[in-house]
Amino acid sequence: MNFEPMNFIGSLPYMGWGMLGILIVMGIIIIVTVLLERLTSPKKEEKKDEQ
Amino acid sequence: MESLFQNLGNLTWQQVVMWAIGGLLIFLAIKKEMEPTLLLPLGFGAIIVNLPMSSAVSRVIEGVLEEGPLSTLYEAGIANELFPLILFIGIGAMIDFGPILTNPKLMLFGAAAQFGIFFTFCVASMFFPTNDAASIAVIGAADGPTSIVVAQKLGSQYLGAIMVAAYSYMALVPIIQPPVIKLLTTKKERLIRMPYKPANVSKTTRILFPIIITVITGIFAPSSVSLVGFLMFGNLIRECGVLDSLSETAQKTLANLVTIFLGITIASQMQAEQFLRPETLLILGLGFFAFVFDTAGGVIFAKIMNLFLKEKINPMIGAAGISAFPMSGRIVHNMGRKEDPENFLLMHSIGVNVSGQIASVIAGGLILNFFM
Repeated sequence: MNFEPMNFIGSLPYMGWGMLGILIVMGIIIIVTVLLERLTSPKKEEKKDEQ
Repeated sequence: MESLFQNLGNLTWQQVVMWAIGGLLIFLAIKKEMEPTLLLPLGFGAIIVNLPMSSAVSRVIEGVLEEGPLSTLYEAGIANELFPLILFIGIGAMIDFGPILTNPKLMLFGAAAQFGIFFTFCVASMFFPTNDAASIAVIGAADGPTSIVVAQKLGSQYLGAIMVAAYSYMALVPIIQPPVIKLLTTKKERLIRMPYKPANVSKTTRILFPIIITVITGIFAPSSVSLVGFLMFGNLIRECGVLDSLSETAQKTLANLVTIFLGITIASQMQAEQFLRPETLLILGLGFFAFVFDTAGGVIFAKIMNLFLKEKINPMIGAAGISAFPMSGRIVHNMGRKEDPENFLLMHSIGVNVSGQIASVIAGGLILNFFM
């Protein structure tokens, strides 16, 4: 085990990319979930049932 | 008579220390009820693998390798990540994604609360090689199976210490989170009420959600497919409505069976010579650091969002974005009620908590994408 403080600076881009990546993936999941919910909302299903 | 005591000469003080650690884990499991399903097997396992010339783990006797059952279990279930992944089926079957399906925006907090993982990686990289630093950082996910899979895939030599830290801190969430939340929020913020608007989620959405999540995460973070896939498979069994018996088995019998073997098998990595190193203490410290910064990440993100929102969010719910489910969600709810008995944050905090489970798996997958 060595103490190499400069590695902290070298690792910062991973932090940036990691957080950006997770926000993007979660953002896409949110959009898809909203669309999914709109497309399959119970109201529409009920209307279909009534027809 | 002499042969009866012969093995005593093989006993080292380090092994005795490991017995004490095993005893402590058993004490915490029984007396304090801290993650007993894992800490108890882990503690007992730590004792049996640290008996001199223990036959529970593989050993070499007169040049011949004698296989130990725990080493065999390790190769069969941990080295290939099978046990944690099977456990994920059970966890997936236990999760109700309803709260985030009614309010998908909550998933942003799950993402923000993974900050601790990536920040801890930067800090850990000052002390450890990249693969170990990344594995240690994932302790912050508060997600034992993900920690095992990442550490195993990255070939970390500190799996035992990482596991002990991950599961111990999961049990310590009620002690770690409240002071951090209090430190970062004002009383006024903690009093913010969030009305809950219940909405029905269609069965179609509940069925399609796990499939779609698997496809999306699989495309963006292919290394997380096994993690997310098994989690969502468990959830699909729960939500499909035609496999109730399998769902119940996955939630109870399967999860319990795997958990028994998981804890005691991981203990095979807690042999004194591997575990009693200064690095172990540092790993425990970094795990704590990751938990604190995960909590802080979620809270600070909520505070930033409040700068732009008309209808303010109680920033405490951001802290629930870790994977310790449902503990973290309940802690936030209880803290809210402590400030104002009429304030019910449970549905919001549980929603954030569920999204934390998805986000932590994705974070683990991204870490694997970066470093594998």
